[in-house]
Amino acid sequence: MVTIPYFAALTTYFSYGLLFVFGHVRDFFRRLLRTSDAPKGYAPLCRDFEDFYTRRLYHRIQDCFNRPIASAPDAWIDVVERYSVDNNKTLYRTEKTRTCLNLGSYNYLGFAASDEYCTPRVIQSLQKFAQSTCSSRVDGGTTVLHEELENLIAKFVGKPAAMVYGMGFATNSTTLPSLIGKGGLIISDALNHSSIVAGVRASGAKVAVFRHNTPEHLEEVLREAIAEGQPRTHRPWKKIIVVVEGIYSMEGELCRLREIVAVTKKYKAYIYLDEAHSIGAIGKTGRGICELSGVDPADIDIMMGTFTKSFGSCGGYIAGSKELIKYLKFVSPGHLYAIAMSPPAVQQVISALKVILGEDGSSRGAQKLAQIRENSNFFREKLRKMGCEVLGDTDSPVMPIMLYNPAKIPAFSRECFKRNLAVVTVAFPATPLLLSRARICISAAHTKEDLERALEVIDEVSDMVHLKYFPQEREEEETVKRKQQ
Amino acid sequence: MNEQTIVSIITDKFEAVLKSIKNGHIFVEALLVVVIVYLLLQKSYQPEKRPLTPHEIDQLCDEWSPEPLHPPVTSEMEMEVPVLESAAGPRTIVNGEEVINFSSANYLGLMGDQRVVEACKATLEKYGVGACGPRGFYGTIDVHLDCELKISEFMGTPDSILYSYGLATASSTIPAFCKRGDLILADEGVGWAIQNGLYLSRSTVRYFKHNDMSSLEALLEGVKAEDRRKPKALNRRFIVVEAIYQNSGEMAPLLDLIRLKEKYLFRLLVDESNSIGVLGKTGRGLTEHFKVPVEKVDIIIAAMGHALASVGGFCTGSLKVVDHQRLSGAGYCFSASLPPYVASASIAAISILQEDPDLVQRLQHNVNLFREALADIPGFVVSSHPLSPLIFMRLKNSSGSFKEDSRVLQKIADKMLNESVLVSVTRRSLLDKCKLPAALTIGVSVGHAEGDLLAAAALLRTVASSTPELDFNGQYEFIK
Repeated sequence: MVTIPYFAALTTYFSYGLLFVFGHVRDFFRRLLRTSDAPKGYAPLCRDFEDFYTRRLYHRIQDCFNRPIASAPDAWIDVVERYSVDNNKTLYRTEKTRTCLNLGSYNYLGFAASDEYCTPRVIQSLQKFAQSTCSSRVDGGTTVLHEELENLIAKFVGKPAAMVYGMGFATNSTTLPSLIGKGGLIISDALNHSSIVAGVRASGAKVAVFRHNTPEHLEEVLREAIAEGQPRTHRPWKKIIVVVEGIYSMEGELCRLREIVAVTKKYKAYIYLDEAHSIGAIGKTGRGICELSGVDPADIDIMMGTFTKSFGSCGGYIAGSKELIKYLKFVSPGHLYAIAMSPPAVQQVISALKVILGEDGSSRGAQKLAQIRENSNFFREKLRKMGCEVLGDTDSPVMPIMLYNPAKIPAFSRECFKRNLAVVTVAFPATPLLLSRARICISAAHTKEDLERALEVIDEVSDMVHLKYFPQEREEEETVKRKQQ
Repeated sequence: MNEQTIVSIITDKFEAVLKSIKNGHIFVEALLVVVIVYLLLQKSYQPEKRPLTPHEIDQLCDEWSPEPLHPPVTSEMEMEVPVLESAAGPRTIVNGEEVINFSSANYLGLMGDQRVVEACKATLEKYGVGACGPRGFYGTIDVHLDCELKISEFMGTPDSILYSYGLATASSTIPAFCKRGDLILADEGVGWAIQNGLYLSRSTVRYFKHNDMSSLEALLEGVKAEDRRKPKALNRRFIVVEAIYQNSGEMAPLLDLIRLKEKYLFRLLVDESNSIGVLGKTGRGLTEHFKVPVEKVDIIIAAMGHALASVGGFCTGSLKVVDHQRLSGAGYCFSASLPPYVASASIAAISILQEDPDLVQRLQHNVNLFREALADIPGFVVSSHPLSPLIFMRLKNSSGSFKEDSRVLQKIADKMLNESVLVSVTRRSLLDKCKLPAALTIGVSVGHAEGDLLAAAALLRTVASSTPELDFNGQYEFIK
């Protein structure tokens, strides 16, 4: 976890305090001078405090988010320039674009743009199976492509069977309610993604949270839960599912899977692993965190992942035992009601998997896997040496750089954009209030020159914006250099 | 001393004490105060707390045995679904044979349309497949913005927002506007996506009888009476309906709904998944069909996987409605955006519909033709609205149990597949709260040839006549 330096904490609290005070003053005048914009007798559509953050904080820096692009989300992108005439409240597109180095898209293995192996096959499948099946999977929406993908992904991940959904978010939010209901308990990591939270809420089961990535606390929570039973009635829980992620997208940290699986098995709970960011991106052959930590996939009860990040497509999958998949295909609303995944997107995943496995007859897959590992480790090393506070473990392609102050968010984003570097900055509510950060996602499509250019720009901008919270590492290096001279 | 002196001394002393008793009450009161203070300072009695020892916790953990992760696999779960070997168009290939396909919602026949395929191809070559990021982080591609503009232009609304999954649209829109303390009146026949949205919103939800305006009015009167009895702060109130119900094919009476909404001061949310491109002279949906200005409906949501032959969904309405969802729609902020080629497909589909509004008339013609041919089939009753391209055929003598009905209907569907016609049976997840009866669902498309429609109707007639379970002579028998 991150420990914020005292001075940064003070200044951050002060900045937010100032922003809130100004916001409330403006709201006060707004209420005096303007009448409600809802028709008579109706409550306003958005309550005042729900909108407060959007109106008073977010709109000031709106140009740093939702930037449209006019090209494929590859290593270099054409970001569309926007302008505003009413102080950033509405932004209008222009015809001009700016070619920037892309450090924001989830393009871990470089399959984002048109690919020499994948795209011709995708176009073929578009012509054969059309752009959509217009039916759900059970009502004539299952094509031979869907079956092939399910078999292939099950084999890739190391499980007997798998099923595929058209959206990664919906995979979590429709599978968790199908597996557990009232009388069950879900123990989830403190920093789990909002799709898991949505699935947990929709299921009706009770939730307990354990401290992020701490197997010891998980053990405590499990022991207490089993001993106490259900609240008030103290009946024993019907089942307990522990939900963790492979790579946490806001921290860049890898899950301590080995220890967590050991604890879960000891107490007879089930484990649900969300590999949205880790499948394809880590592990020697891209098989995700199980391969990296040396955990047998048979020990994980339900493995989930998405195709958006490493495979350049859309959708998600659930892998498990044959019986589990048969049951889920019978019950899960995402399978019974939703329109089946679009056939060209299915073909994209199949082709990407074939490239990764080397079944396309070339070694591009192995090259990509090695490239992303090298790139991530190189970049992280250099950023640390610069003195920036970078989170994340070795081998993880996600690296957040801590910003803390709300003013540094637009400063960092706009200055990098001026220098043709497209970065992603994240603030409240996706992260805790004090801990805003800039998140870098490395891709196998980035070349060494791209990374060096990015490092130059970040060096310059972080000097300007005072992001080098740990300068002692840099000083050490400079003293070493001076000694050598 | 003589006795008298002693007595007088005692009497004197007694008199002195009696005199001091007048002021003696102070002494008694002081004593009482001391006693009270002493009692207050005593600690209250607490039974000894005995937390579980680690050994006891270990024992409890050993004794606990959880349920299996999922219930055992039954024969229903083993059922195989048809696997298509070509596009799911009006005619498709299953198991190497060509069948007539009635199970897709390809109402306007735009699936595989050359113009749409060309548009997708161009987008695929330029942008690849995935958008590789959520809308907030460089996942907004100019094609998405163009698609949103196109939808607004087509529907006549100020703004729209795209979602990457049809099911996620309702589940994200409803919780964005309704929180704890708000009130929602929903039709009991709404699909799972809307039910999920209603549950996640944590508002008070009341269901009215399917498509029954008097039941809705009774509920509204009840709300008004409650308001008079217990006036409280004004909360947001919605009526949620579908234009053409996915679970029954019936159409929502929009004029009555608007009258009720304006009378009782509610807002209206309509799910137009099955009515975009189907109802109205130019396919603009329920509002065009009833000749009502589109502003009267506060929020319109729709899935694009039906008539528009695409994937994903959208929500359209006033600027305030759409803008709020850009930060509070869970399926918008926390999920990767729609693949760009799918957005191109939607743009192309809407353009085709705008250029050729005749498609809507041709669809209606096919629906009418088919309904005529399906009238009076033994054992069945056509229960969907005459304008609905999704035709529902219910059992005339229903057993009352969804499971039994679907078993019989599945047998009929299997027989029809053997004769090369693919139809579907309503599926209901265990998580679905809808209680509407099972039916055979047939999706009619502009692409179906008249000969195919008549042949399919004739086949259904033959199959129905030769299925004893339908027992159309009046008594239903449970066949083992």
